[in-house]
Amino acid sequence: MSIVYNFEDQQLPPQNTYTMLNLLLEQKGLKQPTAYKTGTTICGVIYKDGVVLGADTRATEDTIVADKNCSKIHYISPNIYCCGAGTAADTEMTTNMISSQLELHRLNTNRMPRVCTANRLLKQMLFRYHGHISAALVLGGVDSTGPHLYSVYPHGSTDKLPYVTMGSGSLAAMAVFEDGFKPNMEKEDAMKLVRNAIAGGIFNDLGSGSNIDLCVITKDKVEYLRPYDEANLKGKRQGVYRYKKGTTAVLKTTQKKLDFDVVRTTVRAEPMET
Amino acid sequence: MTSVLSDINQEESHYAPKQAYFNPYEQNGGTVLAVAGEDFSVIASDTRLSQGFSIHTRDLPKTYKLTSSTVLGACGFHGDTLTLTKILQARLKMYEHEHNKKMSTTAVAAMLSTMLYSRRFFPFYVYNIVAGLDEEGKGCVFSFDPVGSYERETYRAGGSASAMLQPLLDNQIGFKNQHGVTKTPLSQEKAIKLVKDVFISAAERDIYTGDAIVLNLITKDGVKVETFPLRRD
Amino acid sequence: MTKNKLAPTVTGTSVLGIKFNGGVVIAADMLGSYGSLARYRNLSRVMKVNDSTIIGCGGDYADFQYLQSVIEQRVIDEECLNDGFGYTPRGLYSWMTRILYNRRSQFNPLWNVFLVGGLQDGEPFLGFVDKIGVAYESPTICTGYGAYIANPLLREAYENNPNMTLEEAQKQIERCMKILYYRDARSINKYEVAIVTKDGCIVKPPVQPETNWEIAHLIKGYE
Repeated sequence: MSIVYNFEDQQLPPQNTYTMLNLLLEQKGLKQPTAYKTGTTICGVIYKDGVVLGADTRATEDTIVADKNCSKIHYISPNIYCCGAGTAADTEMTTNMISSQLELHRLNTNRMPRVCTANRLLKQMLFRYHGHISAALVLGGVDSTGPHLYSVYPHGSTDKLPYVTMGSGSLAAMAVFEDGFKPNMEKEDAMKLVRNAIAGGIFNDLGSGSNIDLCVITKDKVEYLRPYDEANLKGKRQGVYRYKKGTTAVLKTTQKKLDFDVVRTTVRAEPMET
Repeated sequence: MTSVLSDINQEESHYAPKQAYFNPYEQNGGTVLAVAGEDFSVIASDTRLSQGFSIHTRDLPKTYKLTSSTVLGACGFHGDTLTLTKILQARLKMYEHEHNKKMSTTAVAAMLSTMLYSRRFFPFYVYNIVAGLDEEGKGCVFSFDPVGSYERETYRAGGSASAMLQPLLDNQIGFKNQHGVTKTPLSQEKAIKLVKDVFISAAERDIYTGDAIVLNLITKDGVKVETFPLRRD
Repeated sequence: MTKNKLAPTVTGTSVLGIKFNGGVVIAADMLGSYGSLARYRNLSRVMKVNDSTIIGCGGDYADFQYLQSVIEQRVIDEECLNDGFGYTPRGLYSWMTRILYNRRSQFNPLWNVFLVGGLQDGEPFLGFVDKIGVAYESPTICTGYGAYIANPLLREAYENNPNMTLEEAQKQIERCMKILYYRDARSINKYEVAIVTKDGCIVKPPVQPETNWEIAHLIKGYE
């Protein structure tokens, strides 16, 4: 097959061809590039007058921490936020696209978007991609019908529950919820419960770590708390590792004379080009 | 493109039967680090034992005191580490009884090499570093690969964060890539400080390194052990 | 060469263990799963070895029964010497480590995870051994799904209160077994607890954790 670099009439095979091709190439020993994963702990609870979402802030690339303070609670609309676990690019792009669609929907209808709409858009998009978009989401918000909380799986299945967890630390976080969840909690209790659930993931799951972010959504207010808590304090280094000036070796120095034409010799202020 | 796809369909690679197999190895993580000075050596490890994404225990030092002037650091597959250290202890005891003296660090290193090679075709999946004092009382470090190749060095990092630490040691102890620097001999204080700092950095970026470090300072007076907390996430 | 076992058949799920001030508790539920079939609902997975040692077992039940019979015979032989010595928890733990490691090295593993608990020289002991010979000691240990679900809770409880009483330790175990029953699909709401104290060790009769399904009515549909 010849490759055409004319972008306008470039004929690309349909997307599903790539998945089959990738499968074959993988068997022949091709290694796909490793994407950033947010091997994560994310969760949410419904409390008396709203929703609390929580997330850790570690992003990993295999066994290395790629980002020590990444943001996993994504904006969907003024009254809806969404935590993402899985491939970082997938969660970011997916939430961004649904956010944009909802904004257009809001402008068309002149109504605040509902959480069930965001949920439907997400699941329909993810289902189309047969799970190849690795986004595991916790979607929460408050709309005209009250607080709602969903978990959305990469294949497009969803669940509507009073408390949900996702990511590699989901079991640790769920254990904390099963132990401490009560219906109709006060805001402080709900925040503390979510904090503890995320801390459970941070300390017991190697894919999760660093800080705890929270997002508290109520009927008429959103509190985006980043960081809400720093569960881990960074160690203090004892030595000084500043290099003396000249430590970097200068291997070669060349001088080159540039011939300029002198155009003007006065210096004056000029208004900025705008 | 089409020929590639028909190829897949013929092989039915998607649904090929899978042979269940037993994996006798596991990666239990952890980092060890040793530095040799003029009349001392330092060997340290973190204390986290993990598997996959979970932590088995936060308190398992991966350094093993062999004699009053030799300490082994070992990480990789913990089942093999346990077996290897058990055999080592037995061999050391046999040597002591036969020769009525403790084994020297260089001899321990030579013996460990043959022990590792004895399992050439079913290796001990362990990365070993031996630190101690040699016959002249000088600090020495020996590093090994899992099947017994070894060499004497002045500093070495092994285990899950080794690729992160080694270049830093090259720079700070070996003075590599530093121009016009005075190569001062490494003092005990600086070695200990450096080892701690380097582990703090490793715990920041390697998910298998953390919880605490155990630091062994080996001098002619014996082995002094110190522990130091690290991040626990 | 006979064909070595490459997959377990009847299996047990998580085993939990925690140290307390003056002893150790080990607990395991009583389900014997045959794949996804809940085949046996009354299997004991904890065992009293002698007056200072207990073990708990997860994984293949046949392999557990085999090792159980070996241990029982060795305890009898040891008793017959009548020299006042018996297996210490550390001794048994070390021996089991070797057995399991040797079997894995012959590519014929005993498909189990074991917790060994006991009192040695007045100090509580709790150790873990698995099918490939990885072994370690820790004040709280959980195997299987318990490692993900119960251990975070037990670790937290132990860090907040490292000198638990027996009652407090049992409360923690009860809390964790209940949550495992909620969340581990290969578990059952019936478990046994073995306890070691200076007064000896006992395997208590099976208990059923109290469960709470009050929030079930909050869940309506998936959209």
